[in-house]
Amino acid sequence: MTIPKLALKNLLGAGLRTWLNVFVLSLSFVLIVFSQGLLKGMNKQVEEAMLASEIGGGHYQHPAYDAYDPLSLVDAHGPVPEALAALAASGRAAPVLVIQGTIYPQGRLVPVLVKGIDPAQSVLNIPTSVLADAPASGEIPLLLGERMAKLGGLKTGDGVTLQWRDARGTFDARDAVVVRVMKTSVQTIDQGQVWVPLDRLREMTDMPGEATFAVLAQDAARPADSADGGWVFRDRDYFLADLQAMVESKSVGSSILYVIFLALAMLAIFDTQVLSIFHRRREMGTLMALGFTRGKVIGLFTLEGMLNGVLAALVAAIYGIPLLSWMARTGWALPGDTDSYGFAIGERLFPAYGFKLVAGTTLLVLLATTVVSFLPTRRIAKLKPTDALRGRMT
Amino acid sequence: MTDTPLIVTKDLKKIYTMGPHKLEALAGVSLSFDKGEFAGLVGPSGSGKTTLLNIIGSLDSPTEGSAVVMGRPVESLTHKEAARLRNRHIGFIFQTFNLLPVYTVYENVEFALLLLGDPAAVRRRKVMAALDWVHLADRAKSKPAQLSGGQSQRVAIARAVVKEPDIVLADEPTANLDAENSHNILQTMERLNRELGTTFIFATHDPKVMQYLRRTITLVDGRVASDETADGCGSRPEAPAPDPGEKP
Repeated sequence: MTIPKLALKNLLGAGLRTWLNVFVLSLSFVLIVFSQGLLKGMNKQVEEAMLASEIGGGHYQHPAYDAYDPLSLVDAHGPVPEALAALAASGRAAPVLVIQGTIYPQGRLVPVLVKGIDPAQSVLNIPTSVLADAPASGEIPLLLGERMAKLGGLKTGDGVTLQWRDARGTFDARDAVVVRVMKTSVQTIDQGQVWVPLDRLREMTDMPGEATFAVLAQDAARPADSADGGWVFRDRDYFLADLQAMVESKSVGSSILYVIFLALAMLAIFDTQVLSIFHRRREMGTLMALGFTRGKVIGLFTLEGMLNGVLAALVAAIYGIPLLSWMARTGWALPGDTDSYGFAIGERLFPAYGFKLVAGTTLLVLLATTVVSFLPTRRIAKLKPTDALRGRMT
Repeated sequence: MTDTPLIVTKDLKKIYTMGPHKLEALAGVSLSFDKGEFAGLVGPSGSGKTTLLNIIGSLDSPTEGSAVVMGRPVESLTHKEAARLRNRHIGFIFQTFNLLPVYTVYENVEFALLLLGDPAAVRRRKVMAALDWVHLADRAKSKPAQLSGGQSQRVAIARAVVKEPDIVLADEPTANLDAENSHNILQTMERLNRELGTTFIFATHDPKVMQYLRRTITLVDGRVASDETADGCGSRPEAPAPDPGEKP
């Protein structure tokens, strides 16, 4: 028998007390992995949805365009640089023209961003093809998201008046018809905006061949800087910065939860170690009489505590892997109004667990268990063998 | 018996400080023990028997004086050196057996060999031989809780002698046993002393033990009151002064 075997035998010999500790610790394991997996899954889902429906491989923006300043839209349009136009012609980019407008659903005034996009584009995951078939009556076809439809009290087939200003600042208005209410988890292509055919918008505003920005396909190569016509490139990180900041802040909140779980498990182990050292003084004395050094006794007791973490990892694997795998497959049903939380996630949230998360959690728990196991054993360093044999603490 | 004593104590003093009070457990004990002795420290409670045994066993250190065990001065040993001395040369038998409850009889006895680094096959042979000596080979797989007091103490004896130590120190080994079991384990120890040549030193005030002793050292108030051998030779001479430079 070596020290690890002795430690394992002692630990298993403690029976129910060990298994209770192990179970509590394994719960911490599973909950940490689950909560972090949920956060990671949410991040991944949101990121994928934003990349597919809004960001693509990044945006080339007109130099005057400021997404956070609607007033900049008056000047933020210009001819699409040749290199981007060529990419658009080959389906590798989608120019978008953005102007301010107003719709009047049921007599109400609702300011909107009017976005013109090529109905044939395949760069963004938006059902723009429905804009291709303009109504015979000549109304402007509108594609809008569920949130916008809800805000305007609109549904597919509803007519609405759309007002805008053209390139010379002249107000104009025309009837429009909602051709599709799309379901999307990405609010930034939905809230407060309507999509119309690009050519139609250029014609309405007298801005032929112009756009406000162009979205690159996710796998498209960027044109050379000299060919961008002075348009500013915004990469994925630029658009995802807010999301990352939000995920980080959520991560802190989520960490508090798992720190509490971990602390409870550690408290149980610490308590067990303290009690164990108190109750097993005679055993320590016997070990010393048999020739164990204090260092070896400390090592044995620390290892016993640490093995709680190892057993917990094994127990967590037994019930955690099937449970978490099932969760990853079926997802976590979200309440209907999750949209209002500001996340671009669907009706179900799918946790994502990676090797880094599982290995990191395992290391964290083992490290914490080792430290908590070691702390009480420091008393052994001061223990006199004669006192230990009498069942006293020095 | 060889000419060089296994254990030599000279003017051994042990003073315990308890708050403002000082308790002198040993007040200048000078003794020597040769290889193969079957000796006992007897005397009333508080006379210093266990303290002397603990110092000889390098579990404790003297306040003054010296105790040379197997050529090593106990008072100047580090913790590691003391642990090594106990592991290689000294076996302990306790009043309360001190068996480890989660291990089997076999594992309890094997425990003493773990630190010696013997291969598993050698350990197995030695453990089974030790259990044979104490007639408990058939209980090798039992847990201590399944044994009687006498059987438990025999396991403790097997654990003490399995590594064939030079010295076995037994502190009140019969205190928790009935008369029959006491005689059984004393006969076992006497046989091991005879067959293996192991030196046994007891701390006891049990008359049953005393009748087996070939040398009886009576301690009173931390001093040697008498030192007699069973053949009636009377007091042995004072121990020679230890040579600090001497190595085993």
